This record gives sequence, structure tokens and C-alpha cells, in this order.
Amino acid sequence: MSAGRPLLEVAGLDAWYGDFQALFDVSVSVAGGEVVAIIGANGAGKSTLLRTVAGLLPRTAGAVRFDGADLAGVPAHRRVALGISLVPEGRRIFPSLSVEENLLVGAQARRPGPWSVPAVLELFPLLAGKRRRGGGQLSGGEQQALAIGRGLMANPRLLLLDEVSLGLAPIVVRRIYEALPAIRAAGTTVVVIEQDIGQALRAADRVYCLLEGRVALEGAPASLDRDRIAAAYFGVRA
Amino acid sequence: MTTLDPRAGAGLVAVAVLGTAPLWARTSVLRTLIGFFTLLALATMWNLLAGYAGLVSIGQQAYIGVGAYGLWWLSDSAGLDPFAAVPVAAVAAAVLSVPVAVLAFRLRGGYFAIGTWVIAEVLRLLVVNVSQLGGGTGVTVTAASAYDRQTRVYLTYWLAFAVGVGAVALAYLLLRRRLGLALVANRDSETAARSLGVDVYRVKLVVYVVAAFGCALAGAVIYLNLLRIQPDAAFSVSWSAYMIFIVVIGGVGTIEGPIVGTVLFVVVQETLAQYGAWYLILLGLLAVAVALRARHGLWGLVADRTGISLFPVRRRLRLPPAPAAGGSP
Amino acid sequence: MTTANNLVQGLLLGGLYAMFATGLSLMFGVMRLVNLAHGDFAILAAFLALVMVDGTGLNPLLTLAVAVPAMFVLGYLLQRGLLNFAVGGDGLAPVLVTFGLSIILQNLLLELFSADSRGLDAGAIEDTSLALGRLNVGWFPLLTLVTGAAVLGGLQLLLARTRLGRALRATSDDPEAAELVGVDHRHAFAMATGLALATVAIAGIFLGIRTTFSPALGPTRLIFAFEAVIIGGLGSLWGTLAGGMVLGVAQTLGAQVSPGWGVLTGHLVFLAVLAFRPSGLFGKPVTT
Repeated sequence: MSAGRPLLEVAGLDAWYGDFQALFDVSVSVAGGEVVAIIGANGAGKSTLLRTVAGLLPRTAGAVRFDGADLAGVPAHRRVALGISLVPEGRRIFPSLSVEENLLVGAQARRPGPWSVPAVLELFPLLAGKRRRGGGQLSGGEQQALAIGRGLMANPRLLLLDEVSLGLAPIVVRRIYEALPAIRAAGTTVVVIEQDIGQALRAADRVYCLLEGRVALEGAPASLDRDRIAAAYFGVRA
Repeated sequence: MTTLDPRAGAGLVAVAVLGTAPLWARTSVLRTLIGFFTLLALATMWNLLAGYAGLVSIGQQAYIGVGAYGLWWLSDSAGLDPFAAVPVAAVAAAVLSVPVAVLAFRLRGGYFAIGTWVIAEVLRLLVVNVSQLGGGTGVTVTAASAYDRQTRVYLTYWLAFAVGVGAVALAYLLLRRRLGLALVANRDSETAARSLGVDVYRVKLVVYVVAAFGCALAGAVIYLNLLRIQPDAAFSVSWSAYMIFIVVIGGVGTIEGPIVGTVLFVVVQETLAQYGAWYLILLGLLAVAVALRARHGLWGLVADRTGISLFPVRRRLRLPPAPAAGGSP
Repeated sequence: MTTANNLVQGLLLGGLYAMFATGLSLMFGVMRLVNLAHGDFAILAAFLALVMVDGTGLNPLLTLAVAVPAMFVLGYLLQRGLLNFAVGGDGLAPVLVTFGLSIILQNLLLELFSADSRGLDAGAIEDTSLALGRLNVGWFPLLTLVTGAAVLGGLQLLLARTRLGRALRATSDDPEAAELVGVDHRHAFAMATGLALATVAIAGIFLGIRTTFSPALGPTRLIFAFEAVIIGGLGSLWGTLAGGMVLGVAQTLGAQVSPGWGVLTGHLVFLAVLAFRPSGLFGKPVTT
């Protein structure tokens, strides 16, 4: 798609939570403008990978490069200013802020770009009319939309979505994925962790499958058949 | 034949030496040691509260004052022998601590700490404003003059020795029993402990009452030694400062920590008090540094390096020997 | 009518207590940290004003222009350099560190200035009063209340309407999620402490004008601030003003009965609120 180096390059990444090693020699590459999905069983390390890219893990080895620049030592809040935005697992919107304030605080890094409060409300109509509502008073689907909207307010070049469909009704999940093309059209590269494999294959240009902290499979959806995916997902050896 | 554990042997020697101190030490040394043993008791109680029950109190001086004034009232007004009045005053403090705990436990963390301080202030102001309790000028334990000076000092010393050693022994025994396991579980994770059925509230209450008893015991002995009780001194927050500095620097959450800390504190106090408030500034800086950089205090540093434990309260799981090979898994 | 006069005095005193309580409440709200040295920083500011007044002969109220920014910077550096390392982990460290700080501050001031009581002389404003019907209301206590309300109101506005305020509230809710939107939580914490110390500096200087102060006075100010917060209720800044007023009235009416009973009455009212309405008069009910 775009010429030259990948937007995000993860090379030989090891990551630890305290004494527990969660990622082993993980290498991932995301080109500008792509939508990449990461699938895998629970505990495979998917969230850990995104959190490492976002700068939340203190202990790692290996390289994470964003547009060619090494991110080692760059704290999480600085990475937002550089153009990386993580929508965390569990939504984690701010309950004592209103919908509008949640979005406004998302723009803390003051990056220029197409996303604004009206733009986000247009993208997620289910939030329109709830500007003054307290963050803690929203339904699960509204909170997820708000969390993504808040992530977009940072006008990121790379949007990381962690488990956006968890605990949501299928119709709500569909509405959220319907917003992806608009996000992509605005120039944002997206990496999404998705439990629903079918959804991941439909939405993504490329898929990575993680198993027990390692990359078990990688490729375009068209090139992956069910058996290969199942083998990589569950670790069934031939 | 069982050989004597070297730690227990050393302990017995120390107890024997210190226990017979009146036979070989000057009065001034005895007074210093009285200060040492009572501070040791106070520090051990504070450690139980903060290090094991997670209750950071800066109001234990309330019970020191209750112990002191209880001693005075029971011996001067009620005619009890002063040495007998000491434990009775401590029991009174324990009874008082129950409603106090019910109130104070409604607060958490730093606000709990200030709350305990407010309660100590209430007691202080009550004493100051009630002339029958001596008001602001204070009282004197005149009943102690029934004894001649040397006998009084000897008896006070042994009482202090018993209180100090007793406090450490009590803490050790408490922690070895189920209560101890519950406390440590609670300290490590209150939610997990609660989910396992540990009655967190009851456990904390028991520790609070025990600490009140211990602090009152120590307070009564302190003022049996000093004889002059003034509300601003007996209920002073400085007692809490001493306890906190001792335990934090010595090592919070271990039984050895308060012992190490008290030794250090008494040494510093004896040598540097002539320079005025600077020794408190020094100790304060040391306490802050330890609280941030060496959370287990001086004893923690030693124990981490060498693995020594003088008062082992951790439990180790001993698995039965493995069955012979070839058996079913 | 002495009782009516004392009632008014108590209400006005509440303004001073609210000023003390604001910073304490802010630090607790943003980072769950109770600064046990809070009162001592107020006294530090009073001594700072004293030094400036002795050196320049200025009216102490003018020293606010220097003292407030100076204390803000001190608070910012204190949080960044020391307290940020105490936050998080088990609950012991913040209490121990700030208590240690309190002892250090008091004894430093003691060594530098001796235990003598000092005062700040603001001149004529301290002696004039306004006649309201049969009541005499001092101009300075009135100014104190107005200033206290302004400090509270200003902080409320800052939290509700500004970018910094949103960042502080977001950090208070979830420091990690705040990092993910670009908020440096260490900086946010430091701004909160800076604001807290700036407000307590105002309180300290007003205190120094109103009455005498000495190095050991800090802890009682902390206690009054704490009582104002609890009586008013956690989580409500305006509740803190109300709490301060209740405390002030309790103290002045108690002192009317017997001089030594003023402060004690305040303590007893605090204990009563704790016993019968722990969430405070205006606070949100506490769950669990």
C-alpha cells in the first residue's frame, strides 16, 4: 500500500509482568493504512502486545519502532503525542467526567487532525444527545463507542483497539465495526484485538494469531483456511 | 538428643543478663533501660497495628495517657498499690478502645490516621479541662512514695522488663496462631482474605484492643518511672513520632524490626539529644528515606541478605515424601 | 447578643477552615494521598510572610503575591521529587512519609525561629468592623470568609471547566487510562500538590494575621481541616465550606460556655458526625 518502512514494527519483543514472561520473541509489522487483526486464545499475550506498544509495560526487551523511531524509554503519555492511541480492554472511560468531557480529555495531546467532538458524535450516533451524561451512566455499547471516540480525539496515526466486542450485543458490535472504514478513510492505521475470529477475518487486511506469547500464524484472511487457524489458535500439533 | 537452637540460646543469655540488671547496673542505666523496654513495647504494639493489621495509627498516645492517668487515679484516689494499678489501668484502656475502634474504623488510610489523633486530642483536652484530673498543670503519683527509692526503681525496672519482653512475646505468639495467619493474609490482600472467610473487621478490632492494652501498660510504667504526669506530655503526638520512627527504620512488619529500631533510637537519643531538635530532624529524614527506599527497614536489609529470622512466623509447606515410582499419578 | 455574635464569628471562621481544607481535599481527591504535613506547610507560609514583612515592612497581605507562587512551586517539586514515589503500593508509605515531613518541618522551624509565638500585622483592617444591626462583624473575618469562598469557587471552576481540571479529574478516576490519552500522571499529581500548597499558603497567612502562630501549630490546623472535610462530606468542595462553618460555630459557641471547651466542642461535633452520619452532612453516601 504505502511505500517504504512500516508504520509500526515490533522486532523480537519479550515482555514481562513482574517475573512472568508474557511475550517471547514477538515480531509484528503494520503498514500505514492497514487494518490488522490480532487473534488468539485468552492469555495468549494479545493485550500485552498492545500495551507494550502503548508504553505501559515497564519491563521489555527487543525493539518497538514507530515510523522508524525506536520507542524505548518513551513514556505512554508521550506516545500519544507521537500518534499512538490505545483504547484499552474494559473500556476504562472516566466515570466522573461527562461524555463530552471524556472526549475533550482525549484531545489532551492536542494533535491536529480531522477528529473533534462533533465528528465523533457523527461517527457514533448512539452517543449523540448524551453529551452531558455522566460516563458512569452509559450502557456497555455506549461506553465502548465513547472509549473509541476518546481514542480518536487524539488524532492518532495508529489506533490500537483492545477487545472492542467483549460483553456487547452482536448488533452493537456490528455498529462499531461499521465505523472502521470511516476511521481508516481519515488516515488512521488500525490494529484490533478480536475474540470473534469471523469478525476479525472480515474486517482485517492481515491477521496475526498469538499462542502462549508467540506469533503462531500470520497472513491475509484469504490465504488462511480454518484448519491452519485452528491449529495456530489452539496449538494443536499435527 | 536435641541441641539447643543457637538463637534461643542467645536469647536466654540476653534475658538473663538484662533481667538481673538491677544487680549490676547504676540507677541512671536502669532508667535508660526502663525507657528502652517501654519504648520497645510501644513500638511492638505499633508494628502489630501497622505492619500486620494495616492500621496506621498516630493516636496511640491516647492509651499512653489513659495508662498514666489510670495509674495515678487508681493508686492515689482508689488506694491501689501502684504496681498493681498498672495492669488495671491497661485493662481500662482496652475497654475504652472498643468504642473508639468502632468510630475510627469508619475512616480509612490517612483519614483513619488523623482520626486516631483527634481522639487522643479529645482525651487530652478533657483532662486539661477537668480540674479533678489535675487540669493543665498535671498530677504526681504520690502513692509511689510508699516505697523507698531504690526498691521502687528496682521494681519499676522489672515491670518494664516484663512489659517489654512480654510485648515481644505476645506479638510472636499472636502471629504464630491463626490470628497471625489471618493478619498476614489480610495485609497482603484484604479482598482475598475476606473471600476466604477471614473476618477482617474482627481481626482488626482484636489487634486494636491488644495494642491499646499494650500501649497503656507501657504508658503506666513510663509514668511510674517519671512520677510527674502532664497532659501535654502524656498525650503528646511525639510518642507516635517515636513509635513510627523506630518501627519504620527498624523494619515494619517483622518482630525483630522494632527491637533493632528501639536500640538505634535510644542510642541516637542519648547521644544527640543535647543538640536540640536536630536529632528529631535526622530521624525524620532517615524514616522518610527508609519508607521510600528500603521498605523493610534495617532489619529487612539484614534479613534479605542473610536469611536470618530470629522470630520465625512464616509457615513453610512440607510435602509428604513422593510415592515410589511406578505408582498411578 | 453574645450568642448571635459568636454564631457569626463561627461562620466567618468557617471560611478560614475551608481554606485549610481545600488543599487537603484536593490532594486526597486526585491521588488518595492525605498530606499529614498540610498544616505545617501553612505555618511555613506564615513564617515566609513574616520574613518578608520583617525585611520589607510590607503589609502581610501583599506578601501573598510572592508566597502563593513560591508555595505552588514547592508543592510541585515536593510531589515530583518525593511524594510521587510514595503513592501507590501499600497504604503505609504516604502516611509515613508525610508524617515524617511534618516532624521535620516543625523541628526545622523550631530551630530557625524558636518556639515563640509570632503575628502578622495587617494594620487597620484588623481593627475595623461593620455594624449589622446589633452585630459587629469584623472586616478581616469577613474578608477571610470571602477569600475562602473565592478559593473554593476558583478551584471548583478550575476542575470543572479547564483542560487541567479535566486532566486532574481523569487522573483521579484512572491514572493509567489518563496516560493513554496523553496525561502525564506524575505531572498531574504535582499540579494538584502545587495547587494544594498554594491554597494552604493563603490560609496560613490569613491565620497569621488573624491570630498568633508558632512552629508547633501546624498539626492542629491539619486536624481542623480534616474535621471540616469529614463534617462536610467527602467529594463535595462546597460541603467542605459548610463543614468548616459547622466546625467554626461549634468552636466559638463551645468557647462561649467555657474558654477551654472551644476546640473540644469542635472535636465532639466531629465525632458525632462520624458516629451518626459518617458520609458527612453533604457527602455522597459511602458504599462498603
